[in-house]
Amino acid sequence: MESSISINKLGKKYGKTTVLHEVDLQIAGGEIFGLIGPSGSGKTTLVKMIVGIDSPSGGTVEVLGKRVPNLSLLQEIGYMAQSDALYPELTGRENLRFFASLYKMKRSVLKERVAYAADLVQLTDELGKKVSAYSGGMKRRLSLAIALVHDPKILILDEPTVGIDPELRLSIWSELMLLKMEQGKTIIVTTHVMDEAEKCDRIAMVREGGILAAGTPDELKAAYGAADLEGVFLQAGRDAR
Amino acid sequence: MRILALIQRIMLQLLRDKRTMALLFFAPLIVLTLMYFFFNGDNENPQLGVIGGNDPLIAALENASIDVVSYNDADQQTIITDELDGLLEINEGGFRVTLENNDPSTSRALLMQVTQAAAMQAGGEAPASIDTEYIYGDAETEFFDVLGPILVGFFVFFFVFLISGIGLLKERVSGTLERLLATPIRRWEIVLAYLTGFGIFAIIQTIIVVFYSIQVLDMIMVGQVWHVIIVNLLLALVALSLGILLSTFASSEFQMVQFIPIVVIPQIFFAGIIPLEGMADWLQNISRIMPLYYAADALKAIMYRGEGLVDVYSNLLALAAFAAVFIFLNIIALKRYRKL
Repeated sequence: MESSISINKLGKKYGKTTVLHEVDLQIAGGEIFGLIGPSGSGKTTLVKMIVGIDSPSGGTVEVLGKRVPNLSLLQEIGYMAQSDALYPELTGRENLRFFASLYKMKRSVLKERVAYAADLVQLTDELGKKVSAYSGGMKRRLSLAIALVHDPKILILDEPTVGIDPELRLSIWSELMLLKMEQGKTIIVTTHVMDEAEKCDRIAMVREGGILAAGTPDELKAAYGAADLEGVFLQAGRDAR
Repeated sequence: MRILALIQRIMLQLLRDKRTMALLFFAPLIVLTLMYFFFNGDNENPQLGVIGGNDPLIAALENASIDVVSYNDADQQTIITDELDGLLEINEGGFRVTLENNDPSTSRALLMQVTQAAAMQAGGEAPASIDTEYIYGDAETEFFDVLGPILVGFFVFFFVFLISGIGLLKERVSGTLERLLATPIRRWEIVLAYLTGFGIFAIIQTIIVVFYSIQVLDMIMVGQVWHVIIVNLLLALVALSLGILLSTFASSEFQMVQFIPIVVIPQIFFAGIIPLEGMADWLQNISRIMPLYYAADALKAIMYRGEGLVDVYSNLLALAAFAAVFIFLNIIALKRYRKL
């Protein structure tokens, strides 16, 4: 399949500390790609550089054949940050509409998309409430709705299910599957939960700023002779030393 | 349009924050009112003795809240024994005003009103000459009169600086600024939207403060009101862009407040409340980098000396230059998040 995102020798240093060293990664169009690793491993830095809101110290990122950063590319990317970036004084609808109106979209389409995105994350009935009155899970869902409100080809979701109850987590994952199957979206998800990694088409295991292993969950399990991904992670970590 | 969406959101957010709105619009009025009472403890109408005045002139004076006492003959001793604030003598040569000048601000206001009344008499033209004599002090004792215009400028600067700085800081800390930059919005669009969004509130605040000062507090106002508003708007633009810029160097609201003693307070001292002429050269030079120095100079010229915008154009240019530099630096500072 054609490569949707191509990362070459991407590195990032903050002062003297290296957060990411020479990462190479290819992500195909229409797949759910998981970046798995503990917190502090460099997942967030990596996805921020894919979006273009953090600049690499070395190497390149290409998304849909264009070099990042690129303003027109941002029209095609939906980003959900690790912390909910919402305006608490505004209602859910106002937040959603505000972010939607930063993209090129016709007014009629905008209205439709806002309704669609809110419905997808089951927030339609809560849209009139101020975000300051939202629960943590509702904020997470609103963030997700904002990420996909402009119908981007690529969704980049940084820990979308953290702090969300299992029921809701399940429903978010089934929504992601649906977006992939029905609309052919490319979805990059970071997580530190191994059972979520199982649901991805392909995964990359990130640790200490490097990629330990990448492939489909089954490939990795076979390659490392492990029963589950947790085992793969431990084995790959030991091999790397 | 993206900018419009951003402006609308900024304004909506601010409108929902009732306390900040109150701070922006009413706090300057409360402090100005307090200052007014502190510096104008004596609120009685000034007593003016008049020799040789005609009826229209006396009516004009009384209209200006002056208690007029007519005399056939009086001298400085009369002023003191009759506890007058001043004595106006009118003869062929022109006007001659003797001021008790116990309270310089009363004297100044009285002289101003007499001048205005006399000017009205002369059909709008200023009378050829008003001889002024002071029993105590002299014309230089005008300390508190000068304070008014400076205070108006200062409060506009202070509150706009604080609220715009914290506005963008909140956006930075909550991560929404980064989220904003993950959309196709351009950096200058963000800066421009912030300037416009907060600028609209700054305009309202400026107008309220200026009108309150002049109408309610009776601040000396010889020049044109709209000139005062223009100067204050330029100053607000400087405060706005500086507040947003400095918020880059703060990581919390508390750190933003810490800029007040460093950035805001020194400006008061350099704005002319304390006469700069007597200061060391290097101190005088520092005043040249203080936006409030230029604004206060312009406001004093307009409100106190009755000059126009043309006369203070160099101050206006300096303010515009400050704003331009700060706005440019703001656009650069956002590069930290996204290169484009």
